[in-house]
Amino acid sequence: MDYFLELFFGGLTRGSIYALIALGYTMVYGIIELINFAHGEIYMIGAFTALIVSSVLAFAGLSGLSVLFLAAAAAIVYSAAHGFTVEKIGYKPLRQAPRLSPLISAIGMSIFLQNYVMLAQTSDFLPFPSLLPDLPFLSDLEIGIGSTEAIILMTTAVSMVLLTLLIKFTKMGKAMRATAQDRNMAMLVGVDVNRTISYTFIIGSTLAAIGGVLIASHIGRINFYIGFIAGIKAFTAAVLGGIGSIPGAVLGALVLGWTESFATGYVSSDYEDVFAFLLLVIILIVRPSGLLGRSTAQKV
Amino acid sequence: MTAIAQIRQSLIVALWFMFLTFPILVIRVNTIENIIEWRWVNMLYAGAGSFLGSFAWRYLLERKSRAAGKDGGPVRTAEATAAEAKPWWRRLREERQYRYPALSVLAVVATIFPFLPFTSTYQINIVTNALLYVMLGLGLNIVVGLAGLLHLGYVAFYAVGAYSYALLHYHFGIGFWTALPLGALLATLFGILLGFPVLRLRGDYLAIVTLGFAEITRLVLENWNEFSFGPSGIAGIPRPGLFGLEMDLHGATIYFYFLMIALCLLTIFVVNRLQNSRIGRAWVALREDETACEAMGVNATAAKLTAFALGSTWAGLAGVVFAAKTTFVNPASFTFLESAMILSIVVLGGMGSILGVILGAFILILTPEYLRAFSEYRMLLFGLIMVMMMIFRPQGIVKGERRIYEFHRKPEDRE
Amino acid sequence: MNAVTEPLLDVQALTMNFGGLTALDQVSLQVHPGEVAALIGPNGAGKTTFFNCVTGIYRPSGGDIFVNPPGKRRRRLNGMKTHQVTAQGLARTFQNIRLFQKMTVLENVMIGRHCRTRSGVLGAVLRDPQTRREEREIVERSYAILEKIGLAGEVNELAMNLPYGDQRRLEIARAMATDPFLILLDEPAAGMNPRETDALEVLIRRICDEEGIAVLLIEHDMRMVMSISNRIHVLDYGKKIATGTVAEICENPVVIKAYLGEETEE
Repeated sequence: MDYFLELFFGGLTRGSIYALIALGYTMVYGIIELINFAHGEIYMIGAFTALIVSSVLAFAGLSGLSVLFLAAAAAIVYSAAHGFTVEKIGYKPLRQAPRLSPLISAIGMSIFLQNYVMLAQTSDFLPFPSLLPDLPFLSDLEIGIGSTEAIILMTTAVSMVLLTLLIKFTKMGKAMRATAQDRNMAMLVGVDVNRTISYTFIIGSTLAAIGGVLIASHIGRINFYIGFIAGIKAFTAAVLGGIGSIPGAVLGALVLGWTESFATGYVSSDYEDVFAFLLLVIILIVRPSGLLGRSTAQKV
Repeated sequence: MTAIAQIRQSLIVALWFMFLTFPILVIRVNTIENIIEWRWVNMLYAGAGSFLGSFAWRYLLERKSRAAGKDGGPVRTAEATAAEAKPWWRRLREERQYRYPALSVLAVVATIFPFLPFTSTYQINIVTNALLYVMLGLGLNIVVGLAGLLHLGYVAFYAVGAYSYALLHYHFGIGFWTALPLGALLATLFGILLGFPVLRLRGDYLAIVTLGFAEITRLVLENWNEFSFGPSGIAGIPRPGLFGLEMDLHGATIYFYFLMIALCLLTIFVVNRLQNSRIGRAWVALREDETACEAMGVNATAAKLTAFALGSTWAGLAGVVFAAKTTFVNPASFTFLESAMILSIVVLGGMGSILGVILGAFILILTPEYLRAFSEYRMLLFGLIMVMMMIFRPQGIVKGERRIYEFHRKPEDRE
Repeated sequence: MNAVTEPLLDVQALTMNFGGLTALDQVSLQVHPGEVAALIGPNGAGKTTFFNCVTGIYRPSGGDIFVNPPGKRRRRLNGMKTHQVTAQGLARTFQNIRLFQKMTVLENVMIGRHCRTRSGVLGAVLRDPQTRREEREIVERSYAILEKIGLAGEVNELAMNLPYGDQRRLEIARAMATDPFLILLDEPAAGMNPRETDALEVLIRRICDEEGIAVLLIEHDMRMVMSISNRIHVLDYGKKIATGTVAEICENPVVIKAYLGEETEE
């Protein structure tokens, strides 16, 4: 039973980080129907920025929570800036192009960013400092959950709530929903579509940066390639839940997290990544609209 | 836009990129020795590069929108194009009196190349390598360029071919010439098996499923030690024989070079015949508009499956050749980056254009070999090429041309 | 029309639901040999949905679709894929032109021959006499159709370079190449000027009278509908509200009521 609980919380933690990244995929897909391949790289850049900034701060003699907050803030700012720039360069000129063009451009962006970070930094794994504080009271509770896990879960939950509020109640949230429904119509009623799309990328990238900092602290090391696998997994989560649906992305991410956790725990840890891909292939074949997605009739 | 405004905008762009690239490009942390490197000069490069780049960007975008304005509307341009002077490379391609001499020269150069005094084994090797990518590119071109199916897992079928030969030789001692058709066949079967369930998916989902499938294949090869010998791979795969002739390394390299030329010619022949056939037309129509294509009586699933299977056949062939060339296979040769590289060959060359893909392969494979300085930036450039080509020249360096039919006789006397 | 012959297209109680929305409600409709029939109705009445159901693009929620191809036995189309429906002899055009933009005019028509020809990959690579003969047949038939339509001058032009009116006619040529006994035209005159519309009208009449292909068309241009149709079917909110000759429809009070407020069509 203890082993089960351990796997359960492991899966929950994993899943909630996937959720943070998956939301970026799902929001972008909802609004411009593009699989933003470079999203995983945005998350990787967030992790790298946090690593660099925290190291510099530690060098300057700072420590404790202030390092965490400054590093996280820098990660968010730089991830958002990269997300914004990637959209402006790689996707905006292709709004009217055939569907495959922005997708190929996105793959190109992803490869470019990976290699940019590899060349500018290193191709080796770098140890990531443990920025997250210890919560000693948790070990007293004896529920098999560490403080890092607890912080990850809390941060994710808070981010989700904020995102939901933002989309439901702010003007920009309304504009995003309108653009997702019908871009031309939104434009006609006075929504600044370009700005809305930029905001979507910025919000998605912000969440990815938070995910980046959390997962890097959790695993303890990063390299330029982490975005690729995490990106595909998060995309799997988004598809699993029904791409374009925000609660779907969260649900899909949790299902994926648990699947991975239990499969590696009970079946085999050699094939850790295979399970995610297998789940992706199966879900796309069996139910491409996902768990919470609606199947839409194509327009002729 | 006035010059001042241009400069101002470029300055803003430059400042933005200096800010954007600051942590990654300027600071490098050495966590082991606890040193921080500040590379301020990189910031200068980023600023200057983006300053100039933004001029080029705006110029190219403007040129593109001007071109779109010119022939974007439904205006007949037949006379207009005919009146324009054809550039020399188009004359070379389209007019017979230039085309055949050009091809003959090319044939002679290709034949004597390995025997030239300054040609080393190394050089023959890299040209052979480029030819291998021509083959892969042309195979992927059937799927991506003609049928418009974005296939991101092409490397899986390449791996099937390579491992077929490696394992068939290891277990049964089967030689290259038997393994070549067998590897192709196995890859085709693999393609059909995967294609059946996934080909009804929409374009972007298909892309991600093929990618996922390729990753599964690679991970299985890496972890299933009893079957594939894991990450260490299989060594000692024999090179192709020639009637039991003993050859030294240089001779074997030359032999391989000609073998590769022959296979490329076969590929070009087949793809050329396919693309102007009934099935090839159906692929292009499918790429242009799937719904309309089905409404015109084309079985889209069957057409896609044919394209997918044929593409896989070529990947399988190339895989067997690859295994024979390197005499060693392991899963590390079949990563997503390999798929991405083949895709960028097709994208750069021009989707649906044979000549384009050939040029694309030579440019992308030979440039990093000859310009050593580039080799480090190879993947960076591939990524950049994909983005820039999509934005500024989606048709590639050589546009895929459609066949021209001539009707000399009047309809009355056609009986 | 000759009432003794069986209808070419026999749709019975066709129903289509999208979620909670009923786009088509128990629509029954027949098209007879040698006739030009029109399907009219206000915007959103379900006309294109009707076409999509008949051609297998949508799977209808209820009802039956039968065809009686001349010289063949009655077939039920429900559940058939789009390309199978086309192979039965039912071709269509699209409201928003859907040509193969980057293929030539001739190739666009040649695609229409796809379902009437057989050669596969092996034939394409080997170019055996059989394949060559078939290929020649495809080219000649396609060219002949383009001559009839009046596009023989631009066979090698890319479809995207044709003027709007010609693109609409090319869609008809492409549909004719599939050897249909019935063509469904979705707003063929949309976006055409009066002169082009007149030419189109002549063309449709000729397709029906000379080629023996019956026509069912959706059209908003009432002048054209009234002058060309043998029979008119009227849809409103997914229901069929009237069927009859031009004169009958013009005097039908239900039709007039449905069209009130929609008089801005012209």
